[in-house]
Amino acid sequence: MMTNNITNDTIFTKQRIINLAIIITAIWFTHFAQVTFDEYTVRIINNVAIFVILAVSYNLINGVTGQFSLEPNGFVAIGAYVTAILLVDAEGMLYQYDIEDPYPWVLALQTNFLWALILSGTISALLALSLSFPVFRVRGDYLAIVTLGFGFIIRILAINSPEITNGSLGINDIPEYSNLYWTGGIAIFTVLAILNIIYSKFGRAMKAVRDDEDAATAMGINTFKVKTLAFTTSAFFEGVGGGLLAALLTSISPDLFTFFLTFQLLIIIVLGGLGSTTGAILGTIFVMAGLEWMRFLDEPMDFMGIQTDAMPGMRMVVFSLILIVVMLFAREGLMGKKELKDLFKKKKANK
Amino acid sequence: MDILIFMQQMVNGFSLGSMYALIAIGYTMVYGVLRLINFAHGDIMMVGAFLGYTFMEIFGLSFPVTVLLAVVISGLFGMFMDRIAYKPLREAPKISLLITAIGISFFLENAFTVFAGGVPRAFPVPEYMENIFNVAGVTFSVASIMVPIVTLVLLLGILYVLYKTKYGMAIRALSFDIKTVNLMGIDANTIIGLVFALGSGLAAVGGIFWAVNYPSVEPMMGVLVGLKAFAAAVVGGIGSVTGAVLGGFIIGFTEVVVIAFFPEMGGYKDAFAFIFLILVLLFKPTGIMGEDLEKSRF
Amino acid sequence: MILEVCNITKKFGGVTAIKDTSFSVKSKEIYGLIGPNGAGKTTMFNIITGNYEPTEGSIKFHGQRIDGIKPFKIVHRGIARTFQNIRLFKSMTVLDNILIGFDYQATYSYLEAILRFPRFFKEEKRVRARAFEIMEVLGISEFADELATSLSYGQQRKVEIARALAANPQLLLLDEPAAGMNPQETHELAELFFKIRDEFDITILLIEHDMKFVNKLCDRVMVLDYGKTIFEGDIKDAIKDEEVIKAYLGDFKHA
Repeated sequence: MMTNNITNDTIFTKQRIINLAIIITAIWFTHFAQVTFDEYTVRIINNVAIFVILAVSYNLINGVTGQFSLEPNGFVAIGAYVTAILLVDAEGMLYQYDIEDPYPWVLALQTNFLWALILSGTISALLALSLSFPVFRVRGDYLAIVTLGFGFIIRILAINSPEITNGSLGINDIPEYSNLYWTGGIAIFTVLAILNIIYSKFGRAMKAVRDDEDAATAMGINTFKVKTLAFTTSAFFEGVGGGLLAALLTSISPDLFTFFLTFQLLIIIVLGGLGSTTGAILGTIFVMAGLEWMRFLDEPMDFMGIQTDAMPGMRMVVFSLILIVVMLFAREGLMGKKELKDLFKKKKANK
Repeated sequence: MDILIFMQQMVNGFSLGSMYALIAIGYTMVYGVLRLINFAHGDIMMVGAFLGYTFMEIFGLSFPVTVLLAVVISGLFGMFMDRIAYKPLREAPKISLLITAIGISFFLENAFTVFAGGVPRAFPVPEYMENIFNVAGVTFSVASIMVPIVTLVLLLGILYVLYKTKYGMAIRALSFDIKTVNLMGIDANTIIGLVFALGSGLAAVGGIFWAVNYPSVEPMMGVLVGLKAFAAAVVGGIGSVTGAVLGGFIIGFTEVVVIAFFPEMGGYKDAFAFIFLILVLLFKPTGIMGEDLEKSRF
Repeated sequence: MILEVCNITKKFGGVTAIKDTSFSVKSKEIYGLIGPNGAGKTTMFNIITGNYEPTEGSIKFHGQRIDGIKPFKIVHRGIARTFQNIRLFKSMTVLDNILIGFDYQATYSYLEAILRFPRFFKEEKRVRARAFEIMEVLGISEFADELATSLSYGQQRKVEIARALAANPQLLLLDEPAAGMNPQETHELAELFFKIRDEFDITILLIEHDMKFVNKLCDRVMVLDYGKTIFEGDIKDAIKDEEVIKAYLGDFKHA
């Protein structure tokens, strides 16, 4: 018994030290990158950081809790619009909003970046909470269809409410507040938060719901509450990510938030390993690099003297095939359900 | 709004509802036997429409032959899709199947975009379809009459198969319990293939009708329609073929009639299906024809 | 009487799985639900745990009605179960599987978990210590960090029982715990259950086929056949009863 208690303590302490080391390195790197690298590289890292936020949170509902959802584009859109509206000042709005004049309350909404991001996250979370009631209370796989529809509806709303969103013209001249301190910092916070959730009773409950929902219920777990918690948390961070995106791109429109965004994230978490946060991070880097590298497929190509025309969409054809192949032959992706530290643990268990 | 215009809208509603119904049947049948939302199903509708376009525009075949060929090829394609992508995952966790379905859907949309171009192509509507005739002041085109009639005939056909044939009984049994069907001496996988074939064939018909009514085909045409058709299937009662048809008509009618009465809501017409879906999930999750498919797994 | 099952009838469509069945379980006794396959035993379990609602009749736990209460809430009231076909959480270690049972009892909030407030560490340590206590009693502490599914069948059974015990039940429902075990193993299992009953101060209700095991372990039994009770009472009387012998021809030769 005594040895067990000691092991308990050392497990926590060892973990804490490793975690601290990783955090410090990440913070250092963020600062280093912001001051050292050129603008183009910084832009890429910003994008990667935002996608990391989106991917690790999407992984929480899909991978850890095992509930197939297609929500990201909807919540990212909400976050982006909320932040955009809160950051662009009244003068800017009056100038830009060409289809209809903005509502007075839209003009009045104005705040700083931090609050804009917090509100982006919170509003997304509240919407997710309300969706949870019709979807999770009933048995069945309706989450995917409902979230798919939700993404469509958000776009429809964005296009049809020009007094709020400037319709299809979108919102431009958003102050460019996003830099590596914001994106990197929030990415680090998000990863830590998600990992802390996973290594707690909440994460265990989520995994139990994924592995065997009926057995989880039989152990006293309120599966509705667990799914709602996971879904709402994912939505929160996706909203924040959307806000960061708005302040990075400085220009948003409804066409930015189509299903394609969700599909990218889906590929990322599947390739990285559904359920693994480390996998989601690796997947983001891998997929974003891959998409960039594969750009040539969309352009006119020249193989061995044969000229082909530009084929936009070819990249996505290749990616969807990769997804299907991975699902059929390598379902676990890169990391499976394991995190980085689990790779080291293996050695200990071999007695 | 006078009675004539109202009648006109009713006809349009029937037409639209039928198309949703044809596609919804495929969703509901596949969900019934596999508990899978086949995301690629809406894209089969698109494939059917493109096949129709190809046979009529490029090969110059007649309309009836085109429809027949499109149905057969789509049916085979549906079976093929099941065989290579879904069958290997029968024992895998559900989420893998759903992801694969999304992958196939996305693949089809992009493959057609690459090879057929994203620009909508005009569907060569046969002349006789466009003939208008007038009954007591209400105008109908041949197309708008033909669609609901054919749909009803096909529905009766499917119901006949389901309730009067051995294969149909196997399909219904499969909705309840996969293992029992194997014990009956029928190979479950063959039946599942049949379900895909039937559903895909119907979707192809829906796709061609759609192309006739809104005369264009483009790779993304199945996306929104597919989503609404699935919503229709849930509203009508997932797993029930009659329910799917009912749901299709409800959504089709609503779209047409609400826009007719409130044209300013035009931009929101695509939201109705979603609203119905949420309402059903909130108040009667088993849908109108309500069979509770989620038998206890204890 | 810790559990009272009163006049339960359960129909599934046209099929009557259980007909007007009643029995009571005394505190700290080991009670057996026996009968041939399809007799309705697992259905009865599912009614007690709240997964099915009875068509007629009621269930009382500590004098309070529990039929109609959601399954996860019934666990909180003090009833936990195992499954016939061992449903451990495949992606998790033995320790994590057991911790699941504790999770509704650990008192830290979501925010406290995310921000790693001191209460998180305190509760996690407490809960882990309890988990190890249970594992010691069952003899599986050494496997704490192994993937639950990598253990042998017998050990997995123990993990499932440990997990159910983690939920701090007063009544433990065991669905064919001796399935697939040889006589040596079943003997050890019976000893283990006596130990569990005493260490954790609980009542056990189990479903079983193995009559030798039942004879050794149970104080009282109820014998079901086609959803109807054909005997209820002490195990010693059960094995002499004519109806029971008819239903179980041959089984008693081994008892």
